[in-house]
Amino acid sequence: MKNTDVFAPNYFHKVVDCQWACPAHTPVPEYIRLIAAGRYSDAYMVNWKSNVFPGILGRTCDRPCEPACRRVRVEEEPVAICRLKRVAADYKDDIRDRLPPPATTKNGKRVALIGGGPASLTVARGLAPLGYTCVVFDQDPKAGGMMRTQIPKFRLPDSVIDEETNYVLNLGIEFRGGQRIDSLKVLLAEDWDAIFVGTGAPRGRDLDLPGRQEAAKNIHIGIDWLSSVSFGHITKIGKRVIVLGGGNTAMDCCRSSRRIGGEEVKVIVRSGFEEMKASPWEKEDAMHEGIPILNFMVPKEFTHENGKLTGVVFEKVKAEYDDKGRRNLVPSGEPDEHVPCDDVLVAVGQENSFPWIERDAGIAFDKWGMPKVDPNTMASSNPRVFFGGDSAFGPKNIIWAVAHGHEAAVSIDKMLNGEDINDRPIPAVDLMSQKMGIHEWSYDNEIALDLRYKVPHREKAIALKDIKAEVELGFDPALALAEAGRCLNCDVQTVFSSSLCIECDACVDICPMDCITFTENGDEADLRQRLKAPANNLTQDLYVMNELKTGRVMVKDEDVCLHCGLCAERCPTGAWDMKKFLIEMTYAGPACRSKA
Amino acid sequence: MTYLTKPKFQHPDLPKNALGYTHRDYEGKISTLCAGCGHDSITAAVVEACYELSIEPHRVAKISGIGCSSKTPDYFLGNSHGFNSVHGRMPSVLTGANLANRDLIYLGVSGDGDSASIGLGQFAHCIRRGVNMLYMVENNGVYGLTKGQFSATADRGSKSKRGAVNSDNAIDLAALALQLGASFVARSFSGDKTQLVPLIKAALEHKGAAFIDCISPCVAFNNHAGSTRSFDYVREHNEAVNHLDFITGREEIKVDYEPGSVELVKQHDGSTLALRKLAKDYNVNNRLAAMSYLLERNAAGEVVTGLLYVDPESDDMHAGMNTVAQPLNSLSDKDLCPGSSALDKINAALR
Repeated sequence: MKNTDVFAPNYFHKVVDCQWACPAHTPVPEYIRLIAAGRYSDAYMVNWKSNVFPGILGRTCDRPCEPACRRVRVEEEPVAICRLKRVAADYKDDIRDRLPPPATTKNGKRVALIGGGPASLTVARGLAPLGYTCVVFDQDPKAGGMMRTQIPKFRLPDSVIDEETNYVLNLGIEFRGGQRIDSLKVLLAEDWDAIFVGTGAPRGRDLDLPGRQEAAKNIHIGIDWLSSVSFGHITKIGKRVIVLGGGNTAMDCCRSSRRIGGEEVKVIVRSGFEEMKASPWEKEDAMHEGIPILNFMVPKEFTHENGKLTGVVFEKVKAEYDDKGRRNLVPSGEPDEHVPCDDVLVAVGQENSFPWIERDAGIAFDKWGMPKVDPNTMASSNPRVFFGGDSAFGPKNIIWAVAHGHEAAVSIDKMLNGEDINDRPIPAVDLMSQKMGIHEWSYDNEIALDLRYKVPHREKAIALKDIKAEVELGFDPALALAEAGRCLNCDVQTVFSSSLCIECDACVDICPMDCITFTENGDEADLRQRLKAPANNLTQDLYVMNELKTGRVMVKDEDVCLHCGLCAERCPTGAWDMKKFLIEMTYAGPACRSKA
Repeated sequence: MTYLTKPKFQHPDLPKNALGYTHRDYEGKISTLCAGCGHDSITAAVVEACYELSIEPHRVAKISGIGCSSKTPDYFLGNSHGFNSVHGRMPSVLTGANLANRDLIYLGVSGDGDSASIGLGQFAHCIRRGVNMLYMVENNGVYGLTKGQFSATADRGSKSKRGAVNSDNAIDLAALALQLGASFVARSFSGDKTQLVPLIKAALEHKGAAFIDCISPCVAFNNHAGSTRSFDYVREHNEAVNHLDFITGREEIKVDYEPGSVELVKQHDGSTLALRKLAKDYNVNNRLAAMSYLLERNAAGEVVTGLLYVDPESDDMHAGMNTVAQPLNSLSDKDLCPGSSALDKINAALR
């Protein structure tokens, strides 16, 4: 293999598994170190720059970073990255003077943002400080979008949403609450230089089964019901509730029901428990509140008497796998089961809906009714209109909406500066030695077996009485310090220089994970099997360096490296060094524009 | 040295030996030697060899004297018996232990100061008695603990780190071991584990006095231009006579080699050493030829490495002394003191 180019923007970025997995590429180890140092405000600002809503995401993020965490590969449970983010938000000082000031002079460009959720707010945050006039339209009176309407208050209090949406809106952004946009054409005719669509996936899927119409009074669409609960329009539900569906919305529905009158709440899913879409921790939280999850039951019919729902009939199924490993649900042969109930919440998915975009407004749609959006630039077929968040590619989550927002902001900024939006600068990479002295490193590298710490919860009896009482209490500073200590600092990279190496084998011998091998060169498949420990995880790269005196190559399998720095500590010549990897993602502003 | 502890984590796919141990289970404490010390590589080679042989750690006794090298038994086989003895006196302690319990595997670890200066006499007598052991010298040619003076194995004419030239003649411990009757003599290099690990394995399995002179560069005081124990010098002047590919049990060997390129050496216990020949016409069973080859190549400035000599019919001290098969330390009072009738018989035989 050829020498690895450690300055290629993606090489070391991929080694920082959490940061690589985060759609917004939040520098996770960096802010965890700041939390460990008690620098909560600094940790918050690192997050704010990358993901705009640290307090909100610290409670609700889908956490793609956690399954990616290296601790999973070398121990069991990932670092509680998400809940550490919340610590930064909970314990920070007043950070308002660290936010960018509203632009003193406007640049004369006007941007309309439809929908006041995370995608639009991210775009506006990127553009407003640059002098753009940003106007956010939302049908609801307050900003936040689905973060405010669909996430129950016991998971995400209003105060957190208010605080973080205000940080954005106070950058000189005009928010027009309660103003629904009913026609894109009308908007296009106005004098907007760019329009961003961040309207989410607002339509909950229905279940068209026998009895649906007759029992309509007690059958509710999950996301609509949640938003009515959120706004206080709905304050009670029947004693026996069935929630249909296995996603995170279903978990929010069942837990909300438990708090407003539901005593016997059940979640019933078609698939197996393991295949449910809900995050494992959300399922756990629901079950902890006494909500059983019944699986392999397909709803067949709503039963009713005198226009009142009496229950749901389910067909029992089992999973069968065909030759290609595809799952089919086939009847198990058991008799159908009737589950009596007073109310049903249907949470079987949500979809996009663009009744307000006229089909001749210049926006191309695909055959599934989705706008055609460029995944890199977020541009639609109308050069002035951009999409992001759930409205771009269907329901995802907040952190993806933020990532889309960053890209859309770059596109809009480039376009309105007369540049090609497809010509996007690659992120800048820097490596900085962490050696402070002979045996001193600037990061905590005493790596030990250490199990994940649990986040304290409010006592169940109290939590279930008040729908606004936040269930998770968050780590306190002592727990946060302990959990932060589990981070392996994967951004502190092992960097090797062949010219300094005397091939003494000290690094090979000391490496606790058998990551390093000096051997004859070969192709990648061959090398992977000739290392001190087989490198079977193909998603993780091999770091290869030639030009050694003996003609061999140094091969390091990045897979399970603990970043403990023992290789550098034991290297007599400094051929190994521990260097902090810094990547500067591209945001809207002069940095995203061509240097000319 | 390092102040970091080595994490307990290990690679999830690490292979296991017949006992279910990984090589990590054969480690000891973290080394306090200088970073990059050749001795640490030898430590790793011992770990690897014991792991590959599936040796039960509690069956090993590691015994050493004083010096950087003699610290290393602390860094491998953390679950074995160990004795860190007086300077140069490792051979006596090892001999005594071996007499008391012949069932253990003895690993004597020493250095060039410990064996070629203060303990030269001890070294000689331990070898000539044929004590069943692996006697390993971690040979760096300098006194590292006292800041790098020449040791007795430093080559005449080689330069110290400060530029002083050595005017004394060098003791070649491998040549001495051959002359003293060691039944297994090898030389290797800490920077070449592919050579060193099989040699340690063969030496541990060898019955009789096995000696390995392992050149081990001192990165702090003897790894400069002008040194003959530096990584660069040894790599440039390394003349391996053979490469020990594997050791087998009693099963037949089936390997495709060019005819004449491999020498199979049957050992006393029925196992076989497969030696890939690197020096043409080198006979690994000829003590005299080995000695003259060593002297000849040494004069030409080469460092001869590999398995230099092995006696397939070797035997050990216990055979010479006709001791009982059972370890002495496990004999009961009854065995040791058979009673007055037995004494009467002996006395009668001497009248």
